[in-house]
Amino acid sequence: MGFEKFGRVSFTAQTKVGNFVDYLEKGELAGTKCPKCGRKYFPPRADCSWCPDSTVAWIKIEGTGKLVSFTRVHYGPTGFEDDVPYTLALADFNGVKVFGRLSKDLDEGQTKVGMEVKAVTAFLPGGQLSYELVPV
Amino acid sequence: MSRDVAIVGVGQSTFFRNYEGSIRELAFEAFREAIKDAGITPADVGASIICSAPEYDKQRSPSGLMAEYLGLNPQPTFAIETVCSSSTTGIRVGYSLIKAGLHDVVVVLGFQKMSEISSADSQERMGRGADIMWESPFGTMMPAYYAMHARAHFNRYGSTEKDLALIRIKAAKYGQLNDKAVYRKGLELDQVLSAEAVASPLKRFDCCANADGSSCIILASAERAKEISQKPVWIMGLGAATASLTMTGREALDGLNSARLASKQAYEMAGVGPADIDVAEVHDCFTIAELMAYENLGFADPGKGVELIREGETYLEGKIPVNVDGGLLSKGHPIGATGGSQVRTIVLQLRGEAGAMQVPDPEIGLVHNIGGVGIYANVIILGR
Repeated sequence: MGFEKFGRVSFTAQTKVGNFVDYLEKGELAGTKCPKCGRKYFPPRADCSWCPDSTVAWIKIEGTGKLVSFTRVHYGPTGFEDDVPYTLALADFNGVKVFGRLSKDLDEGQTKVGMEVKAVTAFLPGGQLSYELVPV
Repeated sequence: MSRDVAIVGVGQSTFFRNYEGSIRELAFEAFREAIKDAGITPADVGASIICSAPEYDKQRSPSGLMAEYLGLNPQPTFAIETVCSSSTTGIRVGYSLIKAGLHDVVVVLGFQKMSEISSADSQERMGRGADIMWESPFGTMMPAYYAMHARAHFNRYGSTEKDLALIRIKAAKYGQLNDKAVYRKGLELDQVLSAEAVASPLKRFDCCANADGSSCIILASAERAKEISQKPVWIMGLGAATASLTMTGREALDGLNSARLASKQAYEMAGVGPADIDVAEVHDCFTIAELMAYENLGFADPGKGVELIREGETYLEGKIPVNVDGGLLSKGHPIGATGGSQVRTIVLQLRGEAGAMQVPDPEIGLVHNIGGVGIYANVIILGR
């Protein structure tokens, strides 16, 4: 339990990487790293499929990332209708990619592929937690 | 070139916004046409493979129902699912059943009645088509994923919204010739470019419509095919590959790697290359998907796909006619039925039975059918 706190709408409560929300609460974006092969995972995984091994450790996704792509969404799926428009984006943090929403404050015209962003915790209504990408 | 398994019968229902019948009756429309086309009876069929995306089905385990309704008891039946590419995955499995010698005639039946559930329920299920732990909680949807691919392609190669509009205009032209298509109106450039945004840079006409529909492909061993059919169409090559469901696991978003790998396998197996393809059906669930397909299939070098559409080379008269039946953009996209519909189009083309959509004397055709945003990719090369 615990993972149901993640996201605007949560679809699942149980996962071995539920501690992700505890890190979010502290303002940290966490991934995992396999101690055997050194691969870093974001989103975090409880298991390294490469080794295969299940003794991963938490790491922080820090610094700035570059926008790989983005889209301004005008029709939301069920549960997100009131959020539109919002921007979904993919950013590359030195080889570790992060998918999420871009800050609402950013105008679409100012948003460019390649721009630098950082990830910050988003405290949502109803005690839900997420992260969003904001321009540096 | 492989000549071990042939397609001996094809059928497709009309695609509808809202089919006024049950899923069994919808499936029967394609089955009836395919069985008549093959000139066989249900008793000649060794096994059936039923393809649909089950989240739209109220009937649990529809394969059993379909086998009964289509007159295919007591032969074995089972379900195959890879969302939008389910029925070409079904063909891959059917091919292997015949090659293995387990059966000599196999029916691959694809269907989807997307109107079976309410629009709100359908939207809710579509939201869960992404990784439900890490992406769905942000409010993801299919157009958004393809839109992110479009933006990445624009950014890397200088392709534009107008290039995508040209693809839709081509689809609309041929949709008017296809009496089984949902969307049968022509479109002008201004209309396409000024339509409301769905997920930028994709707008209304960059997206295909949901539909209800069915398709049926009947496969036979070489020996049976020669007995049954005057015009067997041979499966020369098959390719299938996957890519990560989550966007974070992808190298880049300006193409679909699964499609690149699947086409490479299919070309190798068939012993042909992109220049040998006379007619193609590609998975244009969105306009950007067709543009990426030009490049991922090797019809154009990476970044050069726009030249094909700008110069009209993918029209019926062009160098490589693509989706001259209107594609998913005009036909509509009944998930489980789509791949079989694409295969049917190519079979009719190779037999010279495509009517107003007929490409002059094609010998080799290709089908590119994608599941999700390139999570699954199937490429099939067919020859006379």
